[in-house]
Amino acid sequence: MNHAQPTGSAAPTAGPARPPVSRVELTAAAEELIRSLHGRHGSLMFHQSGGCCDGSAPMCFPAGEFRTGSSDVQLAALSVEGVAEPITFWMSASQFERWKHTHLTVDVVPGRGSGFSLEAPDGVRFLIRSRLLTSDELAQLP
Amino acid sequence: MAQYAAPGQDGSVVSYEPRYDHWIGGEYVKPAKGQYFENPSPVTGQTFTEMARGTADDVERALDAAHGAADAWGRTSVTERAIVLNRIADRMEANLEKLAVAETWENGKPVRETLAADLPLAIDHFRYFAGAIRAQEGSLGELDDDTVAYHFHEPLGVVAQIIPWNFPILMATWKLAPALAAGNAVVLKPAEQTPASIHLLMSLIADLLPPGVVNIVNGFGFEAGKPLASSPRVAKVAFTGETTTGRLIMQYASENIKPVTLELGGKSPNIFFDDVSAADDDFYDKALEGFTMFALNQGEVCTCPSRALIQQGHYADFLAAAVKRTEAVKQGNPLDTDTMVGAQASNDQLEKILSYLDIGRQEGAKVLTGGARAELPGDLAGGYYVQPTIFQGDNAMRIFQEEIFGPVVSVAPFADFADGIKIANDTLYGLGAGVWTRDINTAYRAGRAIQAGRVWTNCYHAYPAHAAFGGYKQSGIGRENHKMMLEHYQQTKNLLISYSPKAMGFF
Repeated sequence: MNHAQPTGSAAPTAGPARPPVSRVELTAAAEELIRSLHGRHGSLMFHQSGGCCDGSAPMCFPAGEFRTGSSDVQLAALSVEGVAEPITFWMSASQFERWKHTHLTVDVVPGRGSGFSLEAPDGVRFLIRSRLLTSDELAQLP
Repeated sequence: MAQYAAPGQDGSVVSYEPRYDHWIGGEYVKPAKGQYFENPSPVTGQTFTEMARGTADDVERALDAAHGAADAWGRTSVTERAIVLNRIADRMEANLEKLAVAETWENGKPVRETLAADLPLAIDHFRYFAGAIRAQEGSLGELDDDTVAYHFHEPLGVVAQIIPWNFPILMATWKLAPALAAGNAVVLKPAEQTPASIHLLMSLIADLLPPGVVNIVNGFGFEAGKPLASSPRVAKVAFTGETTTGRLIMQYASENIKPVTLELGGKSPNIFFDDVSAADDDFYDKALEGFTMFALNQGEVCTCPSRALIQQGHYADFLAAAVKRTEAVKQGNPLDTDTMVGAQASNDQLEKILSYLDIGRQEGAKVLTGGARAELPGDLAGGYYVQPTIFQGDNAMRIFQEEIFGPVVSVAPFADFADGIKIANDTLYGLGAGVWTRDINTAYRAGRAIQAGRVWTNCYHAYPAHAAFGGYKQSGIGRENHKMMLEHYQQTKNLLISYSPKAMGFF
C-alpha cells in the first residue's frame, strides 16, 4: 500500500510560509459539486480512471466504495470548505508513473455520464485539466 | 450526396418515441421512482427523447423477469436459439436504414459508417453466433476402458451486461449474441449517453424473443449499474469501458465469486515500416488510409490507432502525405452520406478531448493539423465536433499514453525493428495494434512481438465476426467477436462415468 506516497501537503520547507505544493486541486465549481454530493452521499473519494470510453475521467465514489490497494497511489487529500474530512484522490501506480510530471485540476463540465461516478445523474461530469509541474514544484513534492 | 432527415422530422426514415421506460419481461415498465433523464443528440446538442432513470428496484424487477425466463430459454434446442438469432438478424437487415439513421442521431457518428459498418456487422454477428452454437460440441475423454469423462456446455443462467456508448447497437450485439446463443437470459444496461437506440432495436425484434430473455434497464452507473453488477443473482458480468469502473466491477463480482469479462480500452500503436513507401501504389494508398483510421468513429474506438509510429527512413515524406490525407477528411452533418467525421458522443467527451489538446501542446507536442474544436454552422453549432488532429511528439507524453477517445493521433519516429516494438509496447494497455510492411517476415515478427490481443497486419479497423478481440495487460479479460466467447457465457458440466460394475477396492 502506497499510503506514504505523495499527499496534498508538501514536505515542510524552510523560509517564509508558501502555499503547500499539491499535485491536485479543485476548481470552485468542483468544490461546490463536492459539497452537494457530500450532503447526499457522505464521505467521498476520487479514483482517476484510464483506458477507453470514459477513461481519463476522475471517478467520484463514496469513500471506501472503490477498494484501493498496493497497486494504487494516493496523490492528494483535498480539503473542501464545509466538508469535514479530506477527499482522497487516487490513481493506479502504473498510471501515476506516466502522469507524475503533471498537475491535475478537477473541474466540472455539463455532460452525460459515465462509469459509476456519483455526479452523473446531475447532468454534469468531473473533468481533469492538466498542466506541467514546474521544476520548483517537482523539487518540493515527495 | 444524400442527407437523411433527422429522426422524427418530416421525411425521416425513423422516429424515436418521446419517452422510453425499462424493457422488462417483454413489456415496458415505468421506473419505480418515476424519474426520467433527458437524452440529447450530439449532432445538435438538443434533447430528442427521455429515458427511465433506473434504480435498484428496477434492476431487481428485471432480474426477476430474467430468472423467470432463464430455465426455459436455457433448455431450448440450439436449433431453436439459432433460428431466433437468425430471425433477429433478418429483421435488423430489413430495417437497416432505420437503425443506422437512429444510431447516427443518438451517437453522432456518420451515417455512412452506421450503414456500412455498425449495422451490417451487428447483423452478421447474430448470424455468426447462430452458426457457432449449432456447430459447438462438448467433448469426451476416454480415461480407460471403463471410465469416460463427458463435458457438456450449460448456460450460466442470468447474466449482466453493461454496454458502452461508442457503438451502442454493435457493442450490445457483441454481448447479446453469444449470451443468447449459449442459452442465457440477460439484463442489459445501455450507456446513459446512448440509451435509446437499443430500445428502437428491441421494438423491432421483441416478438422474436420469449418475454424476459432480454431485459433492458436504463440509468446511471451508480444508481442502476452498481445494483446490477453487485447482484448475487447474476452469474456473470460483462463490461466494456474504462479501468476504474472495470476494477470496481471486478470488486463487486468478487463479493459474489462471479466471473467477469472486461474490455477496457487501449492506446493502440500503428506501425509503418520504411518499406511501406517503397512504391507509390495501391498498398501505399491503403497504408495512408490506415494511418487516417484514427479519425474513424471520431476516434471513439477502444482500438483507435492513436499512436502512429513511422520508421525514420520515410518519416518525413510519409507523415507529410498522411497530413494531406487527414486534411481531406470531410467533417460535417453526420446524417450526410458524404460526411466522414461526425460529432463526439457527448459534451463531456468533447471537453475531455479539448483538455488533451491543451496538455499535448504544453508538453511540447507539435500540432501538424487540426488542434481545436470544429465550429459547424446552423443547427450543428450546438453539437460536439473536433477537428481531426495530428500531434508530433514523444511516447512519454500523456497524449501518447492515454486513450483520448477523440480524432487525435500522436506521431513519433522509430529507428529500427527493435526500437519500434519497444515504443509500441511502452504502454499500460494491449488491445489493438497495426503493422504495415511489404515484408512478410517483418509483419510476422512484429505481430508476434507486440503485446496486444489484436494486431491488424496491413489493414486496420476491420471487425469481422470470427476474429477474436480482447486485451492484454490492462486492456481487459476475455475475447469477444469469436466462438470462444460462447465459453465465457457457459458452465462446463463434467459427467465422470464408470462403466465398470466392480468396486474400487478401498472399502
